[in-house]
Amino acid sequence: MVLVATAVFLLLRLTPGDPTEVLLGPEATPERAAELRRDLGLDKPIPVQWALWFSHVLQGDLGESIFLRRPVTQAIWERAEPTLMLTLLSLIVAVALGLGLGVLAAVRQGSWADLVAMLVSLAGISMPTFWIGLNLILVFAVILGVLPVAGYKPLSAGVWENVRYLILPAITLGFYDAALLARMTRSMMLGVLKENYVRTARSIGLPERRVVLGHALRNALIPLMTIVGLMFAGLLGGALVTETVFNIPGVGRLLIQAVLRRDYQLVQGIVLVIAGVYVLINLSVDILYGVLDPRISRAKPRAS
Amino acid sequence: MGSAPASPRRAVPWYGRLIQRRSIVIGGLLLLVVMAVAILAPVITPYDPNLVRPEIQFIRPNAVHLFGTDNFGRDLFSRTVYGARNSLIVGSSVVVLSGLLGAAAGLLAGFYRRIDTLLMGVMDSLMAFPGIVLAVAIMAAIGARLENVVVALGVVQIPRVTRVVRSVVLTIVHTQYIEAGRAIGLTDRRILLRHILPNCISPLIVQGTFIFGLAVLGEASLSFLGVGAPPYIPSWGNILGEARVYVRDAPYMMLLPGLALSITVLGLNLVGDGIRDWLDPMSRVRRLEADH
Repeated sequence: MVLVATAVFLLLRLTPGDPTEVLLGPEATPERAAELRRDLGLDKPIPVQWALWFSHVLQGDLGESIFLRRPVTQAIWERAEPTLMLTLLSLIVAVALGLGLGVLAAVRQGSWADLVAMLVSLAGISMPTFWIGLNLILVFAVILGVLPVAGYKPLSAGVWENVRYLILPAITLGFYDAALLARMTRSMMLGVLKENYVRTARSIGLPERRVVLGHALRNALIPLMTIVGLMFAGLLGGALVTETVFNIPGVGRLLIQAVLRRDYQLVQGIVLVIAGVYVLINLSVDILYGVLDPRISRAKPRAS
Repeated sequence: MGSAPASPRRAVPWYGRLIQRRSIVIGGLLLLVVMAVAILAPVITPYDPNLVRPEIQFIRPNAVHLFGTDNFGRDLFSRTVYGARNSLIVGSSVVVLSGLLGAAAGLLAGFYRRIDTLLMGVMDSLMAFPGIVLAVAIMAAIGARLENVVVALGVVQIPRVTRVVRSVVLTIVHTQYIEAGRAIGLTDRRILLRHILPNCISPLIVQGTFIFGLAVLGEASLSFLGVGAPPYIPSWGNILGEARVYVRDAPYMMLLPGLALSITVLGLNLVGDGIRDWLDPMSRVRRLEADH
């Protein structure tokens, strides 16, 4: 929380732009600009402005968007659903694909399956998200015509409709993290598969499936959980680009529009909210990690 | 758990070795090609990358226009080639900027306990944002210019460099040879630059390669979003941002430029992986343990 507070302060110092110029146009008289500046409280010294804004933020008031003509909090709230759904769905894609590829590669180490899985993940961390997105649009929406090109249908229009519009964006956004996760899962699994208890499990004649999924993966999963938590936070940022590719009316799209219109109140508000959520997620990951693995509260984590 | 009993060695087929050992070679070759293209850009491009010719817009790739032309009739091959130049300049500038400032901050934070809390507090608050969001916010504050893209992406990366360097400094600052240096009265400056800095070089190189890749992707993302390089600059991000609108009717506008971008980042990632295994003995040991 201290971090967010510092971040807010930093942000304010980073946005010294003059919104009056944008609001009034270049022909505005200096007198009119000064008047507006006084109305908006921009004539006060920076520390005073900061204190004012900060005290409002503490009361949950992020100010008013100049262009949308409504409170920033309301504007963000209206756009929250698409971003949240997109992030969640991407996380599911990333975990399913990442764990799947990683386990497969580890179990069949050195085989063609390993090679393919690792090539896919190498491609995944090298291709820019928006290019993956454009290619998916081209194949599934333009050539095959099975999925919508872009846009968004809210959950209220039905879960199926919602997912139909979000599946391509979710794959686009989740692919990078899936690739990262696949690489890490592979090396984790390779380490765990050599542990004594895995050998024991095998020696008492458990089926390989149970050994891999029940014993090995379970233990590799604990460190991977942290990474997945961090990914969720990272996806929030990635949503920015993906929402632009697919024209999804989410918070990321709103941020870009706000930047292009120089709606600084809105930019500040959105960045603050995103940073807050980001920090909160990271924090809960830390706490969750301790709950999942009681050892780290007593001993330091094992090197594997 | 370093002494796990070795499982029977399996012969690793050639493609298995390819993943593990050839990455520097393959990645290096890819990068050499991209660099050669970037340097020779004026020689190999048949047209001015910014030459607008409305009469020839949306031409499919053919012998005259290898990559086709865009919505302004600009030659996409020329734009893509100049895009390589743009990406490499931005990428290397970001590496230099974040490397110098990050290393300086890391050295000072690790060496002087008094400023450690302050410096790391600043770094932590920078890390409280998702990278791309911070970059967009900085761009919003300082305006869409190419130099500013370098600043924004550099600021995003500085904390990561600082952390790496600081951790190296903390592990060696109490070793005997540093103590010895102090005992014979060397200045702090000399100890930092001549005795501590060299230990940070190899982690810095590894970090730098990955930052290069992230910066190339970052510049493309910012430009794609319309808040990065100004539209007239032939940046891969700009090309793809314009192509987005025409995916249905002119998909070639995004295919080859996007491929060029992916190949560049792929090369950087491969080289980064390779150098990390090569320079960092621990990761090599870990990998050997994992692989055999």
